[in-house]
Amino acid sequence: MSNLPRASELPIGAVIPEPGSTRRNKTAGWRTLKPVIHDDRCVRCQLCWLYCPEGTIVEIKGVFKVNGRTYDTKYEINYDHCKGCGICANECPTKAIEMVPEAP
Amino acid sequence: MCERMPHQGYRDGAGGSMMQKTKLVEALTGNYAAAYAVKASDVDVIAVYPITPQTTIVEKLSEFVANGELNAELIHVESEHSALSAVVGASAAGARVFTATSSQGLELAHENLHIASGIRLPIVMAVPARALSAPISIHNDYGDVMNARDTGWIIYIVASAQEVYDTIIQAYRVAETANLPAMVAYDGFLVSHTVEPVELNDEEEVRKFLPRPQRPYTLNPKRPVTMGPLASPDWYYEFKYQQATALREAYKLVKDVDALYGEKFGRSYGVVETYRMEDADYAVVTYGGAAYGNAKAAADMARERGIAAGVVRVRLYRPFPTMDLLKALEGVKAFAVLDRAIMFGSPAEGPLYKDVATAMFMHGVDKPAVSVIHGIGQRTMYVEDMYKIYTMLKERPNKEVVFMGVRP
Repeated sequence: MSNLPRASELPIGAVIPEPGSTRRNKTAGWRTLKPVIHDDRCVRCQLCWLYCPEGTIVEIKGVFKVNGRTYDTKYEINYDHCKGCGICANECPTKAIEMVPEAP
Repeated sequence: MCERMPHQGYRDGAGGSMMQKTKLVEALTGNYAAAYAVKASDVDVIAVYPITPQTTIVEKLSEFVANGELNAELIHVESEHSALSAVVGASAAGARVFTATSSQGLELAHENLHIASGIRLPIVMAVPARALSAPISIHNDYGDVMNARDTGWIIYIVASAQEVYDTIIQAYRVAETANLPAMVAYDGFLVSHTVEPVELNDEEEVRKFLPRPQRPYTLNPKRPVTMGPLASPDWYYEFKYQQATALREAYKLVKDVDALYGEKFGRSYGVVETYRMEDADYAVVTYGGAAYGNAKAAADMARERGIAAGVVRVRLYRPFPTMDLLKALEGVKAFAVLDRAIMFGSPAEGPLYKDVATAMFMHGVDKPAVSVIHGIGQRTMYVEDMYKIYTMLKERPNKEVVFMGVRP
C-alpha cells in the first residue's frame, strides 16, 4: 500500500480520468468454477459471447478446421475477468461449455 | 419597480474606477435577494421542488427564466432528493447550477450532500432554515442546517437580505475555486420573507467577478472520465482526506473572496462579524439574522445599564473560523453561545457551543461559557431574554446549558 499514490497525487473527487483503465484490474479472483470450451462441440452460434455479463468471451477470427468443418471464428475465454458465473454454460445449446472446478 | 439613483458619493474615494457607478436598490425579501443573486451569477441549470419557506426563491427564478431574463434550464423534479441529484449531474457536466431547499427537503436530499462534496462539485444551494418534524413546524430554527454541517459543504449562515445577495455571489466564486459545494443558509421567514432594501450589483460586473474557471474534470463524451466510482479500502481514505484538506484550505479562500468582493462592490462581512466587542467583558456568540439583531439590541441595552456587552456572529460555519473566533473572544471574561438548534444527547446541546468549546480547548483557552438554546421552532427571542444572558454572565459565570424561552 505504501507504493500507491498519495492523496495529493490523485485526481480530486475520485474521478478516473483514463477510460477503460478497469481492464488492468484482474477481477477473476473469486471464481470457483471455470468454463472450458470444447471446440469440437461448438457450432459458433455466438450465444455465449452475447450472454456473458462481463464480456469475457473473446471472438477470434481466422480459419479453423474442426471435425471436417471449416469455421471463420473461434471462441476463447478471458480468464483474467471471467467470474465463473456459468451463464455461458447454461445458455450453450450444444453443451460445449463445461464448468470445471478451479484447482484449490 | 427598479429605482435607479445617481452615485451619491457614499463610496467616494473607496475604490476608484473599479467601483460600479450607479446604485440600484430594490425592496426584496431574503428569498428574492437569493433569486436576484442567482440571476446575476448567470446560472445555467436550476432544479426546483417547492418547500416552505424556500419556495419563493425558485418561484422568482421561474419568473426570470420565463421572461427570458435568465438563460437557464429550469428542471421541475419530483422531490428534493431529485433536485440535488439533478444539479449534481448538471454540475458534473460543467454547468453552473443552483438549487434551494429547507427542513425535510434538506433531510431527504441528505445523501446527495455527501455525493456532491465527494465528487467535488461547485454547487451552490440556498437554505432558508426551518425546524424539523415531528411535530411539524414550518417556522425557523437551524435544526436542518446543523444536520448538514458535517457533509463537506462550505456553509455560510447569513443575517440579512443584502447579505444573502452578496453571499450567493461570493459562494459561486469560492465553490468554483475550491471545487467544493457551498450552502448559504439564513433564517426561514425572519430573513427569507422579510422585505429589506437590497443594493444590487451591475450584472456585467458580477459576471466579471465570476469567470468560469476551467474545471478539472467534467462529463464530456470527447474526454470520457468516470465519476463516483467504487473505492476499495486502499483508496477511499485518500479521497476523504483530500476533502478534509480542501475544506480547511477554503477558510482563507472565503476570506479572500469576501475582501475582493468588498473592493469591487463595496460590501464585505468577514467570516466572523463583531458588534461592540472592542472593550466587551461579556459576549453573546450566535448566527443568523434574528438572533444577531436582537443580541445587538440587547448589547446596547446592557451597555446603557453599565455592562460592557458585545456580540459575535459566526458567518462562516464550515470550515469553522477558529482563529477569527478566538481572536474575537480574546478579551471577554465570560460568554454565551446562543444556538437555535438542539443536538440531542450531546454533552452540551448547542451545536455552535460545541464547536466553540472544541476550538478553545484545542488552543488552551478556558473561560466560563454558557450554552443557551433559544428560538426553537421560531419561539420568539425577546431582546429582554438576550439582556438576561448578559446579566447571567456577569452575576454567575458558569459552564452550563440553559434552555431559554421554554415552559419547562
